[in-house]
Amino acid sequence: MEVVVQITFGVIAVFILVAAAMVVSVRNVIHAALWLIACFFGVGALYMLLEAEFLAVVQVLIYVGAVSVLILFAIMLTRQITGEGVRQLTNRWPVVLAIATLLFATVLAPTLINQQWNVPPAPPLGTPEPIAGPAELGRGFVNEFLIQFQVVGVLLTVALIGAIVIAYEERARRRKVLTLAEELELKRLREQTSPTVPAPVEAEPVVQESRSASER
Amino acid sequence: MDWLTILIIVIQCFVITLAVTTAFAYLTLFERRILARLQNRVGPNRAGPAGLLQPAADAVKLFFKEDIVPAMADKPVYLLAPAVAVIPALIIWAVIPFGCLNLNWDYQACYDPARTNLWNILQITDLNIGVLYVLAVTSIGVYGITLAGWASNNKYSMLGGIRSSAQLISYELALGCAVLSVVMTYGTLSTHEIVTQQQGGLWGIIPQLLGFVLYMIAATAEVVRAPFDLVEAEQELTGGYNTEYGSMKFALFFMAEYIKLIAVSALAVTFFFGGWHFPGLDILGREVTALAGPVAGSIVFGIVSLGAFLLKVVVFLFISVWVRASWPRLRYDRLMDLGWKWLLPVGLLNLVYTTVVIILIPDRVVHSWVLFGLGAITIAIAIGFNRTPKPIDNVTLVKDIQLPN
Repeated sequence: MEVVVQITFGVIAVFILVAAAMVVSVRNVIHAALWLIACFFGVGALYMLLEAEFLAVVQVLIYVGAVSVLILFAIMLTRQITGEGVRQLTNRWPVVLAIATLLFATVLAPTLINQQWNVPPAPPLGTPEPIAGPAELGRGFVNEFLIQFQVVGVLLTVALIGAIVIAYEERARRRKVLTLAEELELKRLREQTSPTVPAPVEAEPVVQESRSASER
Repeated sequence: MDWLTILIIVIQCFVITLAVTTAFAYLTLFERRILARLQNRVGPNRAGPAGLLQPAADAVKLFFKEDIVPAMADKPVYLLAPAVAVIPALIIWAVIPFGCLNLNWDYQACYDPARTNLWNILQITDLNIGVLYVLAVTSIGVYGITLAGWASNNKYSMLGGIRSSAQLISYELALGCAVLSVVMTYGTLSTHEIVTQQQGGLWGIIPQLLGFVLYMIAATAEVVRAPFDLVEAEQELTGGYNTEYGSMKFALFFMAEYIKLIAVSALAVTFFFGGWHFPGLDILGREVTALAGPVAGSIVFGIVSLGAFLLKVVVFLFISVWVRASWPRLRYDRLMDLGWKWLLPVGLLNLVYTTVVIILIPDRVVHSWVLFGLGAITIAIAIGFNRTPKPIDNVTLVKDIQLPN
């Protein structure tokens, strides 16, 4: 059984690494997002292998089900993404590679050198049971880790307020959203009243209108 | 875990997948016949007796159609999308309890909250986080539609895909709130335990009337069914996200949609209508056990509970078809308005109600009815508010338009 677990771990780990490499190397942005989703699924499978079902499901629920959908949504709403002709590497990419490897090694080397492979460190006496199920996790949030939980809550609230402040539009500045028929009729009326001077095409307000239409 | 257990699980998976696929085929017939009846037509009645072979004829037609991939489509994603749409619809069935047929031949173990001596063959797995699993699987259901819309390289498909991702993100929150209030009421994330706790006629709809209404609206939007089917609005999008799909690939999308509809109906039954409970089921199990021994007792108990569950699901499917025949499609801004400004706040309010009432009144029956009353009052107030006209509904006639000065 131990060997099966090791092999499964190896397969999942390789899958995660390949997916992560594909995220930064494919040229098409949507494909990159899809590889990112695959990578998240791999991490979820890793949690499942560690018998942390709750974390695995939450990983899928939040990262795959919410974050990646938003990423895809944002990419689809962005105009003119043509990643095909774009060069992904500059001329000096070996220098960057060397620096990145060096920094990564600085962090990882002490860990790797001091690692005693395959020997799980014995927990000191009096270590609490590891948090596994949702009930224990919830109790942990409201007892032991209350301050961290509250800080995260405040952080999320701040982000929410920030988003509202950025997206907020004064009521007085909002314009009534016109239907296509109404816009055509207005255009016709404008042309009737001033046939010599054509009304300037307002490029900016049109974008504004479509934005406020989607927000209502 | 010996090989026999694994074999039984594999057989269970096969049976459920085949049963669900067949149910999808006959649901299309059911829907077409009922819709026809509601619209004073006849409906498909030529293939076989009373049209019963119509699904087979449709399947044969779809199998033998030519398989076309548009030249400018993104081929890998285009081919991946139908599979991504169907898989969540199928794997969601793993945690739904269809009934309780205990293979350890003791029907009373079905009611045992500790689940000792229970080997229920009518539920594939009883995860202790079953409800979260359901939410996670529904949340990945959006990818099939979105990717199909994008990969087809067609502007109508693209519009359908964008609409779907916006709609599903919006309604997932309300759905989550409704389901979480059920979880709070019963204090468990296991679907089996939620069902067993509804024993004795106090079904989930009594404490969670508000949750049920929210769930039904949000779930209908989540499976993109009328009146929330903007994703495939034929009049505007020539079919929506699946415009460029033909033959079996189209059938897979169709299948995903209908299987998801059956799944959310089954979940509604599980959460709010007592699952496989039926009045007198307990007495039946006891009497048959006394009469013909524990084996016959648990088999009869299992079959009757399965029948009760399926009957309730069919009632929900009928309601869904009825709704489709009765309501016109929502306008897009109304859809967003309903999701964000009504369902989500009311869902959060319901969570507050549930917490406060259950903490203040520990008695099960009393707090259920108090929550029922609160839910009914809230629904009445919300509907009352919603009937007041809003300035956004004022439409200017074209002949009344004047130039702004």
